[in-house]
Amino acid sequence: MSGETIFPALEPLLEKVSKPIQYVGGELNSTVKEWQVGGHGPGGEELTVRWALMYPDAYEVGVPNQGVMILYEVLNERPDALAERTYAVWPDMEALLREHGLPQFTVDGHRPVGDFDVFGLSFSTELGYTNMLTALDLAGIPLHSSERTDEHPLVIMGGHASFNPEPVADFVDAAIVGDGEEAVLAATDIIGEWKAQGRPGGRVEVLRRLAATGGVYVPAFYDVDYLPDGRIQRVVPTESGVPWRVDKHTVMDLDEWPYPKQPLVPLAESVHERMSVEIFRGCTRGCRFCQAGMITRPVRERSITGIGEMVEQGLQATGFEEVGLLSLSSADHSEIGDVAKGLADRYEGTNTGLSLPSTRVDAFNIDLANELTRNGRRSGLTFAPEGGSERIRKVINKMVTEEDLIRTVSAAYGAGWRQVKLYFMCGLPTETDEDVLQIAEVAKRVIETGREVAGHNDIRCTVSIGGFVPKPHTPFQWSPQLGAEQTDERLHKLRDAIRADKRYGRSIGFRYHDGRPGIVEGLLSRGDRRVGRVIEQVWRDGGRFDGWSEYFSYDRWMAAAEKAFEGTGVDVDWFTTREREEAEVLPWDHIDSGLDKEWLWQDWLDALDETEVEDCRWTPCFDCGVCPQMGTDIEIGPTGKQLLPLTVLGSGKESMVRS
Amino acid sequence: MAKQRTPEGPPPQPPVQKLRIQYARRGRLRYSSTRDFGRALERALRRSGVPMAYSAGFHPHPKISYANGAPTGAASEAEYFEISVTEQVDPAAVAAALDEALPEGLDIVTVVEARPGSLADRLQASRWELRFPGVEPAELETAVAGFLAEERIEVERMFKRGMKSYDARGPVEWARTGVAEDGCAILKMVVRHTTPAVRPDDVLSAITAATSFAPPRSPIATRLAQGIWSSETESVADPLATD
Repeated sequence: MSGETIFPALEPLLEKVSKPIQYVGGELNSTVKEWQVGGHGPGGEELTVRWALMYPDAYEVGVPNQGVMILYEVLNERPDALAERTYAVWPDMEALLREHGLPQFTVDGHRPVGDFDVFGLSFSTELGYTNMLTALDLAGIPLHSSERTDEHPLVIMGGHASFNPEPVADFVDAAIVGDGEEAVLAATDIIGEWKAQGRPGGRVEVLRRLAATGGVYVPAFYDVDYLPDGRIQRVVPTESGVPWRVDKHTVMDLDEWPYPKQPLVPLAESVHERMSVEIFRGCTRGCRFCQAGMITRPVRERSITGIGEMVEQGLQATGFEEVGLLSLSSADHSEIGDVAKGLADRYEGTNTGLSLPSTRVDAFNIDLANELTRNGRRSGLTFAPEGGSERIRKVINKMVTEEDLIRTVSAAYGAGWRQVKLYFMCGLPTETDEDVLQIAEVAKRVIETGREVAGHNDIRCTVSIGGFVPKPHTPFQWSPQLGAEQTDERLHKLRDAIRADKRYGRSIGFRYHDGRPGIVEGLLSRGDRRVGRVIEQVWRDGGRFDGWSEYFSYDRWMAAAEKAFEGTGVDVDWFTTREREEAEVLPWDHIDSGLDKEWLWQDWLDALDETEVEDCRWTPCFDCGVCPQMGTDIEIGPTGKQLLPLTVLGSGKESMVRS
Repeated sequence: MAKQRTPEGPPPQPPVQKLRIQYARRGRLRYSSTRDFGRALERALRRSGVPMAYSAGFHPHPKISYANGAPTGAASEAEYFEISVTEQVDPAAVAAALDEALPEGLDIVTVVEARPGSLADRLQASRWELRFPGVEPAELETAVAGFLAEERIEVERMFKRGMKSYDARGPVEWARTGVAEDGCAILKMVVRHTTPAVRPDDVLSAITAATSFAPPRSPIATRLAQGIWSSETESVADPLATD
């Protein structure tokens, strides 16, 4: 528990691994605090609470993650806490660490993860589960929470995957559900107090105290009973003071949480070479496939002035050339036009680019696009109609028409853009071959219209398709998932349809993944505690980096599942391609996202009837249940405020320029 | 022929001054690549407010040119690049501001205003120091003597276009062994810049090929200087001395 750096032992290994820069830390705006920064109590009790935060994927993917960046900063702002970061090490480094007996380490202080009080993992996707097991094992922490002692850190998961933590219930000690910034501070208070008291009752007691708040899920305090046919009969708490259902956390008033204030700037290349500012959280568009939209309700906007301050402070702190205005549907911010214009005015002549990583076709307009690219680079435009046919878009409640899409892309091609990317899904509930083949027709119409308005043929449209995976806490949580083979078959038909038409085929790019990773994702998304054995088996067979196609092995997952499910009466199909009925107890029913299960069921029936539901931001409440139950409310503008131009970036210039 | 689009707005401001900059790459940041440094530098330039000149077009780039970067993993006291600026600046003030804005370990050594002539032409040779932890100084001395006794030693390295074989002995102008203050065996040498560039690990491969010398771990290489090679004084002269 010394927190001593292992860097001297690590250093000779760095020249033997690929991309050693990912392990050395020292990023701009990173923090290394004294191990005993919180001091000691009268009896020598440690008053510091230490978090090792992991994004369980490669450094280049993990380092730009906003969630980890925010928690890292809010924890490090506390005088009695410290937080360091750790990422999944590549297999070459894993082998060397094992060979030399070195542990999973943080990139900030190069301290062993096992020395911290809390090992916190943020899962935005379930495909990071095997990387968690690697990290636990390298850290010397027993894989199973039941085998851990007071010597080991508390293993706490967060992120969107924690809305169904059951597949990893054996491996994590606790899950925090929902927004993390207030929740980690509250957990730090509880852990700090327990440490200051001399750790009474050991890890069970501190977990009991965390669980008693109602907002921390401790799987070990719940029993799951199964029916003879394999379905869940019930989930019951086994300890007094532990709630039947665990609530998600919701941070209100984003302006009070302007994080990250000092975004990390890695030296190594990462997947997002830009600074991000979250302009609102939550989305009530009600797209039925979208777990993020459902579980992050209600909508909470950051004010235009709050956004302006974060952009200004972030650019000063980082020097990034591009700012991403982040949210689930950025053009939906009630003052997005003023935000874009205000920022473009402010950064006129500085080569600072703005981008909206997520934009709806119906909320997009060329004026907005022109403002966004006024000072920076003009990259391609991306839209996500998600469904190819009008009918399937009604099923998924993605209320955009083909006319919306054509109008938007023709405006874009007319204004000089040459490249438009379109995202779709395959395998949506009730989908037929015809729905998917319609994507080819849409793409052809886009090119045809584009050539007309642009007056030349030098335009492109890329169609990108992902397999649909039903997710917990969405109306599609009851839906059967399309099998991998059927998905592949449908996508091949679509590919052929696009290529068949020589007039357009060459202008249309087509990208898709095969259906097999989606089945594993589906198993991990809607699995219950029995799936933990599969994850462990896969990991023991060498499974790592399942989000990376070069490491992912479908056969390994299927072989492991066959072994692990033996004698249980359930199998991979049971978890993925089976349709659930209304009365079935779902593995995540005791995790409360605020959504009323009856409302979700009604929305599922509406989906099957192709009935659409409006957005409650602009129409009356549809009783999804979140606001009354969580005591929250929609927070949107307009504020009526404006951004004033200021002298920003480059204010240090005066000291250099010769008069 | 499609009509060419041109960006709206005024053309970029023209450069009025060119700066030549020497920087060091120290400690754990020796694992940063030249590309990593490029990203860090552009961000530091923006944070510190250096009035950078940009290229024109839809994808404007700052006008920066890098010269002869040391291989990733090697430390260096003498890396060079040039930048163009749109206003006359005080080089010393730029040095201070940039050094402040760069991460610790990437440190500005000196900034001068460029005079005519090419910087690349002046970077003719490098002086290196290699530390060999865990190697007996006498053992290193014998190995280096064996290496120097040869006229040519072919080594192989993987390039983008496949394996290439080249002489790693000829460009080594001189090599001397010694002992650092902490007792570590060291090798100092001057290597002329040839194509392909002979790197410290190539020299080590050549020493191994000539003498079967095999250190327990790779040496830690530091480029101490690069510049104009003088065969008379057998030294490497400051490439910025004439700016």
